[in-house]
Formats: sequence, structure tokens, C-alpha cells
Amino acid sequence: MTASIIKLTATAEDQHLARMAALALGLTVLEAAIPSPLPGVKPGLANIVTLIVLSRFGWRAAAWVSLLRVLAGSLLLGSFLTPGFFLSLAGAICSLLALALSQYLPSRWFGTISHSLIAAFAHIAGQLLIVYYWLIPHTGIAYLIPIFTCAALFFGSINGLIAAKFMDTSTPTPRGNPL
Amino acid sequence: MPSTAAKYSLPLHLIKRGDWLIFSCATLLTIWLALSIWNGGAADKAIIRSGGKIFRELPLSRDTIIEVNGPLGISKIAIHQRQARIISDPSPRQYCVRQGWLKNAGEISICLPNQVSVELIGGQKKYDSLNY
Repeated sequence: MTASIIKLTATAEDQHLARMAALALGLTVLEAAIPSPLPGVKPGLANIVTLIVLSRFGWRAAAWVSLLRVLAGSLLLGSFLTPGFFLSLAGAICSLLALALSQYLPSRWFGTISHSLIAAFAHIAGQLLIVYYWLIPHTGIAYLIPIFTCAALFFGSINGLIAAKFMDTSTPTPRGNPL
Repeated sequence: MPSTAAKYSLPLHLIKRGDWLIFSCATLLTIWLALSIWNGGAADKAIIRSGGKIFRELPLSRDTIIEVNGPLGISKIAIHQRQARIISDPSPRQYCVRQGWLKNAGEISICLPNQVSVELIGGQKKYDSLNY
């Protein structure tokens, strides 16, 4: 009996995307260990990777990394197909749509921090829509909106700054830079 | 080799002008949302009166239907999704029923011959023709 072998050929680009998604995945798992005062308020450290990929390799690569990270992250944390997974997915899709538009902002004036803030606000907008139309169809959740926007403002700025610092060419990059 | 202070200080030189613009817009949006959602506007409690006396105070957070006795009969009041309304009332003109849902603090619905009223109160009272 001959074993049939299915061979999938991965191009260099595929491997590169997978490497970066794995990096984002590491940050997702790391972040899952941080306690959160309110479900949904998280630093979103994995988005730093998405931002760097967006500015270096374009929107398509960023979309791959972001969606792979959401899928694989949910498998690792055991939340695949749970409401939490759909919340992450909705947030990621809304962020990516917002980034698809914001990448056309003139880069002379608008940097990674702008993209980070826009994506963070799109992220909570997407999540709140899912929460309202699917999970908790009650107007009472409006009371939480300012908390979520505060978190988006804070973590969006910080993540943008970290990504900008990482890509800063004026300071020497650390050795073993995987990106 | 950059000094330790430079290495760990906030990289402010990386923030472009547009970034400040977006950051300011996001801050203003957050402040505006917090002010409009948390202050005034929204009501927390419904005060139900019968014959001028407080019959019951109900939180708007729980959906209920309550029946109040008046001189003409029973008025039914519903609380649903942080709103309140009078479902049915024996009064002839049905003004209070047709008024519909009360949403904001300070709004009031009065069924006169039956002497039943519902008033929403919250953090701030909105001015109306009665208390201005």
C-alpha cells in the first residue's frame, strides 16, 4: 500500500505571514493572562504586530495576520465559536475595514498612531454592535460605551507609540528583530 | 549608543501632526460620549403617583408591568428597556396612553380623572413648561 502524500507548497510569503501571525499569537496568549476589570477591555498587544505589518507589507498581509491570529488564538484559548470569538472577529474585521480606508491618509502627516487609534475605535464599534444586536439587546449597555472608548483611546495610543518606536529608523533596532 | 533616558522616554518625536489631530478628535469624542451618556438625559427611576401620593418608586433597570388603582379603575404601567409608559387607563381621553414612551429624566405622563401619574427622574431634570 502506498501512502498518498498531500503536499501543500508554502511560498516564502506564506511562511513570512505565518511567522508574524505566530508572533501576534504569542502576544494574544500573553495578554489572556492579564486580568481585566471588564470583559472586552484589553490592551490588544497583538495589534502592534498588525500595525507593523500594515506599514511594511500592506493591507492584505495585515488582514491575513490579524484574521489568522483571531482564529488560532481562539483555538489556543478554547474560545473558538463562543461569543468571545465572534466579538474578536467582529472587532478585527471592523478594524481592518477602517485601516483599509485610513491607509490612504497622507503618510507625511498621519503615522502609525493615527492608524492605531482609528482601528481601536473601529474595534469597539464592531464589538458593541455585536453585543447590542446579538448578545445583550438592551439599551443599558450604552452606559458602558464611555469606558470602552476610554480604553480604546488609551491602548490605541500606547500600541501606536510602541509600533512607531519599533519601526523608528533613527534608533538601532535590537538584534534578532523577527519582522 | 543612546543613553538610557533617551531609550526609555516616550518617543514623542515619532508623533506626527495628523496623529495629534486624530488623538484630539478621539479625546473629544470620548469626553462628549461620557458627558452625554452619563450625565442627565438618561433616567434611573420611575415615580408612580396615585391621588397625589407616591404609590411606588421603581428602578428602570428591571422590566415590569404594574397595576395602579384610581377612582375610575385600574391603570397599567409598563417599564421596558429603561423606558416607561402607561399601557391602559380608564380615563376618557387617553392622553397619557397616547403620550407613549417616556425616555428622559423629567418627562411625566398624567392620567387626570384617574389621578395616576408616572414621572421619570435621573441625575438632572430637563426643563419643561412645568418647572422652568
